[in-house]
Amino acid sequence: MEEFTQIVLLFISTVLINNFVLIRFLGICPFLGVSKQVETAFSMGLATTFVMTLTAAATWMINTFILEALNLPFLQYVSFIIVIASLVQFVEMFIKKTSPVLYKALGIFLPLITTNCAIMGLALLIPLNGYSFIASVVFGFGAGVGFTLAIVLIAGLREKLEFGDVPEVLKGVPVTLIIAGIMAMAFMGFSGLISM
Amino acid sequence: MNPTYLYSLISMGGIAAFLAAGLGFASIHFKVEQDPRVGKVEDALPGANCGACGYAGCSAFAEAVVNGEAPVGGCPVGGDKTSSEIADIMGAEADSSDKIVAELLCGGGIKETTKSGKYQGIETCEAAHSVNGGEKECQYSCLGFGDCEAICPFDAIEMSENGLPQINPEKCTGCGKCIEECPRNILLLAPLSAETHIRCSSHNTGKIVRKSCEVGCIACGLCAKTCPVDAIEIKDNLAIIDYEKCVNCGKCAEVCPTGTIEFEAKVIEKVEINDNCVGCTLCAKACPVDAIEGEVKKLHEIDQEKCIQCGLCFEACNVNAVDIFYKDED
Repeated sequence: MEEFTQIVLLFISTVLINNFVLIRFLGICPFLGVSKQVETAFSMGLATTFVMTLTAAATWMINTFILEALNLPFLQYVSFIIVIASLVQFVEMFIKKTSPVLYKALGIFLPLITTNCAIMGLALLIPLNGYSFIASVVFGFGAGVGFTLAIVLIAGLREKLEFGDVPEVLKGVPVTLIIAGIMAMAFMGFSGLISM
Repeated sequence: MNPTYLYSLISMGGIAAFLAAGLGFASIHFKVEQDPRVGKVEDALPGANCGACGYAGCSAFAEAVVNGEAPVGGCPVGGDKTSSEIADIMGAEADSSDKIVAELLCGGGIKETTKSGKYQGIETCEAAHSVNGGEKECQYSCLGFGDCEAICPFDAIEMSENGLPQINPEKCTGCGKCIEECPRNILLLAPLSAETHIRCSSHNTGKIVRKSCEVGCIACGLCAKTCPVDAIEIKDNLAIIDYEKCVNCGKCAEVCPTGTIEFEAKVIEKVEINDNCVGCTLCAKACPVDAIEGEVKKLHEIDQEKCIQCGLCFEACNVNAVDIFYKDED
């Protein structure tokens, strides 16, 4: 029971308190680039969550069974990069075969995730925090949910902003960055939510 | 040898080999059967992924063509050659008639126009337009600095010696960049099949136009009166042609006193129906002025009084039963 509580707390803290985008500032590129519409933002979030969960599991195994066992922690970066890249490729092929509908929905976002720094950050944070396998998967899933939450929130705001009276100099990216900053400050309010 | 090197090599090699094997297996096992025509159509396309067709890229367009969602001639960059190649693959006929190209609605070059002064400044149309309107007296005229030539991504526009842009219809893709660029708004997109163009944009009265330009529209209205299909309208001192209504008979160009209207095709003198006629009535349906009479399955005849020599019946006939006599032929 104690362990289960820990897992739930880990999930909540990854989604809200240590949100990947708004607190750790990882994955800002898709956060700004694909957040013009709620619908596409949600697709992006979905694809990212999917890949993050799988990445967490795969990198935990590689790190524990190969890199730590052989005392080769310096290979983390290189091995994680190839694992993430081939994982995304594999997932793309698998989805294309099994679910053309999902493949169409995720579209270009799936291959784009390969270069998302949030995924790499996730892979590197797992050994740093020394999570167990289950905790790693939950951490990965939580990170994906947190990413989806942040990107859908800002997409909703940006959709409203389209009709807003924004000063000429702030139109487009500047005002989005200001909103992102305010959102990040708002998310800082979660930091006292759980005391472990 | 230091074991760290060895382990690194083996572990990284192992991971890479495992992943490569996995991907190789997946590429065979999860292969999605695709219509082979998609690949062929994609090969025929320019591969620029410019998105001018309205699809995400050449492969998306190829897929849409094969699915029947996009027309075979939908690639504006590839032109007629690509269209016909795709048409061969798809087993359809290339339809080049819906291609649109840019047209200049001004015929007043350096020779034809009166000058109001000398322009010295930045040599772009935009600058000249915003300062004092360039050298020509007509404020609707082509400024002649070639902003359109500079912006054209396909090298389809070249400035002539007379200071007017010449648009190469083969290179033009109808992207509309020049139209946005032109500060005087005297370029427009017209169907490539259109042969009749009113080369003037001046809303000045006839008196002013006569003073400033030899080939300007003086809004006399002769073309509008002559047009058998009411495709020309005089609006605000300017004749405007409706390309959808125009049948390219060239009558307006004949009557235009200032030579503003350009007719690019040969002028037809007479049209006759010969004995090949099987009475299918296609020509009668195509005729815009109902000059063709005849019952089904009987020889049709053209009422020469009504006929406007547009040649649409010639295009409609499938059995070579329409003879066309051009003016410059015997």
